This record gives sequence, C-alpha cells and structure tokens, in this order.
Amino acid sequence: MNSITRSSRTVRIAFGVGAIALASSMIGTVRHQSAKWTSAELALLGSLSIRTLEPLGDDPSNRYANDSRAALLGRDLFFDTRLSGNGKVSCATCHVVAQDFQDGKPLADGVGRTARRTMPIAGTAHSPWLFWDGRADSQWAQALGPLESGVEHGGSRTQYAHVVAEQYRPEYEAVFGALPNLIGLPREAGPVSDTTWRAAWQRIPAGRRDEISRVYANIGKAIAAYERRIEPGVSRVDRYVDAELVGERHTSENTLTSDEEAGLRLFIGRARCVTCHNGPLFTDDHFHNTGVPLPRVSLPPDSGRAVGGRKAVAGEFNCASRYSDVKPEDCQELRFAVTEGPELVRAYKTPSLRNVAARAPYMHAGQLASLADVVAHYSAAPAAPFGHSELTPVRLSPNEQRHLVAFLQALTAPLAAPAAYLEHPAPHR
Amino acid sequence: MHLHQASLAPQSSAVRTALATAGLLMALSACSHFAGSAPSPDITTLKVSAHRLYRASVRPAVVPIPVRRLQSWTLHIDAADGRPVDDATITMNGGMPQHGHGLPTSPRVTRSLGSGDHLVEGVKFNMGGWWVVRFAIASAAGTDTVTFNLSL
Repeated sequence: MNSITRSSRTVRIAFGVGAIALASSMIGTVRHQSAKWTSAELALLGSLSIRTLEPLGDDPSNRYANDSRAALLGRDLFFDTRLSGNGKVSCATCHVVAQDFQDGKPLADGVGRTARRTMPIAGTAHSPWLFWDGRADSQWAQALGPLESGVEHGGSRTQYAHVVAEQYRPEYEAVFGALPNLIGLPREAGPVSDTTWRAAWQRIPAGRRDEISRVYANIGKAIAAYERRIEPGVSRVDRYVDAELVGERHTSENTLTSDEEAGLRLFIGRARCVTCHNGPLFTDDHFHNTGVPLPRVSLPPDSGRAVGGRKAVAGEFNCASRYSDVKPEDCQELRFAVTEGPELVRAYKTPSLRNVAARAPYMHAGQLASLADVVAHYSAAPAAPFGHSELTPVRLSPNEQRHLVAFLQALTAPLAAPAAYLEHPAPHR
Repeated sequence: MHLHQASLAPQSSAVRTALATAGLLMALSACSHFAGSAPSPDITTLKVSAHRLYRASVRPAVVPIPVRRLQSWTLHIDAADGRPVDDATITMNGGMPQHGHGLPTSPRVTRSLGSGDHLVEGVKFNMGGWWVVRFAIASAAGTDTVTFNLSL
C-alpha cells in the first residue's frame, strides 16, 4: 500500500478512536435517559422517528416539482373525472383522500377492475420506485400509468391534452408554457390497448405525437407536484420515541400502552419486522417475496418486480426519457437497477407502515383481510406460491401477535399537508 | 378513519440533540461497518484476494455507510508486488448471507481514478445486518476475487 493510503488510514483510525470516545460518553447519557431501552435499541428507535425523515429536496427529473402553481393544477387534475374514458373516474376515485388516499378494496375499481390493490400516496415522493412492482421511477411517471390503463382511467393521450386545453389552459401555460396546436387532432388517440385509438395515434405525425406526449408528461409532473406535498404526520409512536430519547415523562400524548410497547419491542427485536420496515417511513424502498398467498380471485400471473424492474428501465416517461428534466447519466437509481434474478420473482415493494391500520385489506392484491392476518402470515412464513419466500418463521404466540397489531395501530396519524390539498377542490369551471 | 391537516411539530432542541445522539450511536454501530461485531471473522477494509494476487481496500464516500441511499465507493487495488493496479476489469456483487438475497442494486466500477483507485458507483444497502461484497478483478497480474464483510 502506498504512503498516501497509509497516512489516510492513520487519520481514519485516529478519527475513529475520537468518535468512539465521544460516543462512549453519549451512550452513557442516553442509557441514563431510558430505563426501558438499551442504547442500541434507542438508536434503532430514533432511526424510525418521523423527525429523521429528510425534507424533500428538488426532483431533478421534474423541474416543476416545487412549483406551487403546478401543485394546485395537479390537485385539480387529481380530482377531475374528465380525465377518464367514461367521465366518472379521477385519481381520487381510488386514492380516497379521507381514507389515507386509498380505497379499502382488495382490487381497485376504475372503469374496470384492476389486478392490484390501490397504494397510498403520503410520503411516496421519498421513494425511488412507485407501484407494487416499482415499474415507475418517480411520482410523475407513476401518475401517467393509470391514466392510460384500460381498466383504470381508460382514456387516451389526445383526450387528456384536449381536456387540459379546454379546461386548464391558463393554469397549464403559466407553468409549462404554450400548449401545442391541437386543431385536427382526434379526440381519442394514444399508445393504449384500444386498437382503434392506437391506430389513430399512429396516424398522427411523429412531431405532433411528441408534442402531445410532452403535455401528457406535464400532467404527470403537475400531479406529482401536488402529491409530493402529502406527507405522513407525527404518530404517537414518534412522540413516544422522542420522549424516550430525552428521558421525558410520558403523557397521554406520547405514551404507548404496555401492549403497544411490547409490540414495538418485538418489531425491532425477535419478530425482525424492522429488517425491511426500516427508517422513518418504515420501508427499505425495496422488493421482497414474502410468500403472500395467491389472490382470492383468478388473475393473470403476476411476477412482481421481475417484470416491474424491466418496465421501469424501459419506461417511456422514466428519469432517463426525453420528457425528463435531467440527463440520463444522472438517473442513478435507473442506472444501477437490478432487472434480472430469481429474487425478483413475485417480489413486491415493502409498503410504509405509517397509517397501516387504516388500510385494510393488505398485500398487493388485498389477500389478507386484517393486520392480525398479516402478523399471523409473517409469524408462520409459509412457502411462496411461486418464486422463493425470503421469510423464515418467527413463531409468535397469540399474545405476541396481538402486541404487534397494537403497535402497528399506534402508527396512525393525521397526514401532514396543507388543508387545501386534503379537500375536494371546488368544481373547475 | 378521518385524516386532518397536521404539520410536523417543531422539534425541541432536546429531541434534536437526542436524535443526533441516537444517530451517532447508529453511526457507531454501523461504524462497526467494518469494525464491529459482524458474524464474519474478517471485517477489515484492507483485504488480500483469495489467491493472493492483489491487496485491495475500500473507502465509502460517506461514513458511516448509510442505509437506503445510493453511494459511491473508492476501491484501491495493489498487485502483490505493491504496484497500484489501474488497468483492470472489475465486477462487484454481494448480498446478505443470512437472508439469502443479493444487493438491492447492481453497482459497477465505472472508471479508474489512477494510482490504483477505482470508482464504484450504485452501491446501496437497504437494511442493517451482515453484508458481503465481492470484487472480481482481472488484470495482467491475473484473475482473482476479494471479499469484504460489513455490519450495518
């Protein structure tokens, strides 16, 4: 090893010794503050606190992400049923604001029935991958998927451009600049499953198709500007952790019952939930096959991330696409995404557990009806219907399972968002 | 359930200090990233390759190694005779032996930085625990593999 490397190692070692000395004194301090938790446990608890959630910065792929005008436009688009094939479906149809932006159904109902459970929205701006299979790499790319799905919004790309031009022209142009000329464009056309609309799309000259697709991308960017302002709020668990960290006496606002506390101990300990449900959003932002049962109804085969990863990399509106506001080489998550391998088969995104008690039923197709069923599933860890489950049984007693459920219920909290973003906007024109 | 508007309550300085302390403790236990109680017997940052063709060391850009965040590392390689190795084909893989899964990303050595240093991009760890990362190194000196253990 050369001398430069040797000297830098010496510095690192010296720094390490200093840090250990400093931390040793602090370990003593923290230990003194909690009679219930060891310093290592307190450190883990602290890592789960919502206070450690980093504030959202810019989204380089969406230069309008922090534009409040874009957010208001996005809010109006989110609730507008004209953005659908039958005029009855908006984003808010399945992402019901008063229900933590989900619908409580095993499978979502748009213009038809989908094959997946509606996911919540709060906090998803922090996630590198959206959808259960992570097939979108941003909130704006995610928002564009359902709009063109034949069973969700069921509309088409030119239809949405026409709606924006007719209903939102001033608001759109204030943010994104002039709309393209839509004269002569068919009302319905787009790269969708409907063969008539698809053929109509192909007949549009490529340059005009690109203009329409840019309007479409901007619809997604406006919706993302809205959605990213919906964040999870402070739960009783967070307040409990805060109090434990500083050795404060517990009040009714920041206490946990003995069952909830026992559940928290299991969560970070023997039940190993924190392995994947880690960090302030209780998710590792990754994908796992946990052997969840097959859906109760017959659905097409669903390979989860094995397909979702490839879709994300090929996505028409991903970070590396022509509609992104960043250079492809700066799309780090896409550049280094895993798209092959047996562990992707039937792997699904680890959902956040914040407000999880408000979101039955559970899993990607609503296979498990209650939190008790979920905890029982992880306790037993059955073999996967296909692919390989990462779980090993933790064999929790009925009481322990009850404690875990009690703890998960204590993660319920009001969302943190401007009031105007949590209400149905006044009818737009 | 009904959800109302709420904002993150301002943190008291005591809570901020406690969180910072907890963070440092996490950092320390993660600092054990290379020097703690990992299950593997050899958790140093300087390793000799399996067939003793190379000595390699890794230097994460951010210490302690963060969880859930993409990061870059610098991999330094010397040949057995002590000369730095710049011209090499290097691949990286790894995973969690106790969980049976690989890395959550496909990190790559993207370029040589000179003086035996190589830039590794796209490194990510999505959970705490024992991780193993391996570099397969092919150069004029031969092909060999070097393995590092981390405890996050």
